[in-house]
Amino acid sequence: MDFEVIVSYLPLYIKAFMLTIKIGWIGIALSLGIGVFCAFVLHFRIPVLSAIVKVYVELFRNTPLLVQLFFVYFGLPKIGISISAEACGAIGLGLLGGSYMTESFRSGLDAVPVSQTESALALGMRKGQLFSNVILPQAVTLSVPAVVANLIFLLKETSVFSAISLMDLMFTAKDLIGLYYNTTECLFMLVIFYVVMLLPVSILGTVIEKKTRFKMFGD
Amino acid sequence: MGFEVLLKGNNALRLLGGLGVAMYISMISVVISITLGIILGMLMTLKNPVINAVSRVYLEIVRIMPQMVLLFIVYFGATKILGLNLSAEVSAVIVFSFWGTAEMSDLVRGALTGIPAIQYESSMALGMNRLQTYIHVIIPQIVRRLIPLSINLITRMIKTTSLVMMIGIVEVLKVGQQIIEANRKSSPNAAFGIFATIFILYFLACYPISCLSKYLEKKWEN
Repeated sequence: MDFEVIVSYLPLYIKAFMLTIKIGWIGIALSLGIGVFCAFVLHFRIPVLSAIVKVYVELFRNTPLLVQLFFVYFGLPKIGISISAEACGAIGLGLLGGSYMTESFRSGLDAVPVSQTESALALGMRKGQLFSNVILPQAVTLSVPAVVANLIFLLKETSVFSAISLMDLMFTAKDLIGLYYNTTECLFMLVIFYVVMLLPVSILGTVIEKKTRFKMFGD
Repeated sequence: MGFEVLLKGNNALRLLGGLGVAMYISMISVVISITLGIILGMLMTLKNPVINAVSRVYLEIVRIMPQMVLLFIVYFGATKILGLNLSAEVSAVIVFSFWGTAEMSDLVRGALTGIPAIQYESSMALGMNRLQTYIHVIIPQIVRRLIPLSINLITRMIKTTSLVMMIGIVEVLKVGQQIIEANRKSSPNAAFGIFATIFILYFLACYPISCLSKYLEKKWEN
């Protein structure tokens, strides 16, 4: 292990780290938006739309991100749709994550017992009140563990971006190994940067999971 | 659109062969993961502090390290640091089993600790001995919980093995790229057709397995 090498590579890694985080979080924000929207569509059984959402969710849950990215980045330009590598990464991650988030939110919504709805109606609540005061708070807490797992999964998946020559952490490490053969240092730094990126999310996720856990009636 | 390339020569067969390579690697990894995962999961319920600490660190590593990074560490790192010359296929199986075992052991631990104490107490009240309790009460419930989850692990393994092209294994994506390169002149739009086909191939491989997992989960609820 040569520390001079590590210091000299540091700026490159930091640049790549920033890019990875930027695209990762844009993708995650996108996936949360898609997830919430699609979960509502499925929960309220909106005609036509819910059929489309179902196809979308199954299609993206059952194919690897790498294949999705290759299709969007190399395939779509051939039929006239060109997207930059960065946008492609964010959109790909957003679509993949959207399908996972949809499932998490939907199962959260569906897991609220029917008795809750019935009791709220018996208390004379209107539909809107029932939803915002009774269903939503419970559904959100119920879907927290799955959402945290998805967040970590999506941040990890950003490593696949290197395949479409996006200058992320993985790509930088691969590039430097190919150029200078400092394999040990490059891999070491790669691990450190991924730990820096993911360990806080993992720890914070566990804390939030514990904070939001509540006793259900009859538990 | 570039789909015509598939009909040239044996291109379609080559693509399927590529998918076969990915499947082969995932199946070996799944078998190893499930076997080791069950053993580790059972060990984790023993409440031995050493085993608990080690497995915690192990699970956390797998939780936060992208599989691609692990793949690079084993494939390039092992050669450089330990002087081991592992083939790409062997490194892939090692990494995916390392990942799969962690996932599986967590599922097994969850299933084992998820059995309420009432079940044990009721069996005892009915006059069953320990062995009978396990055979007639506990194990059937665990198996019903675990089978859908293990099937789900198979689809995730298949999706993850698409990464092996990054360490130079010629699987379906690599074969696709080769076909696109070879037909650059005659059908310049091949990239769309080929990657769309691979997309659908992966979907066709994973969707039935996900459906089976969902079906069993519903069927065995309670």
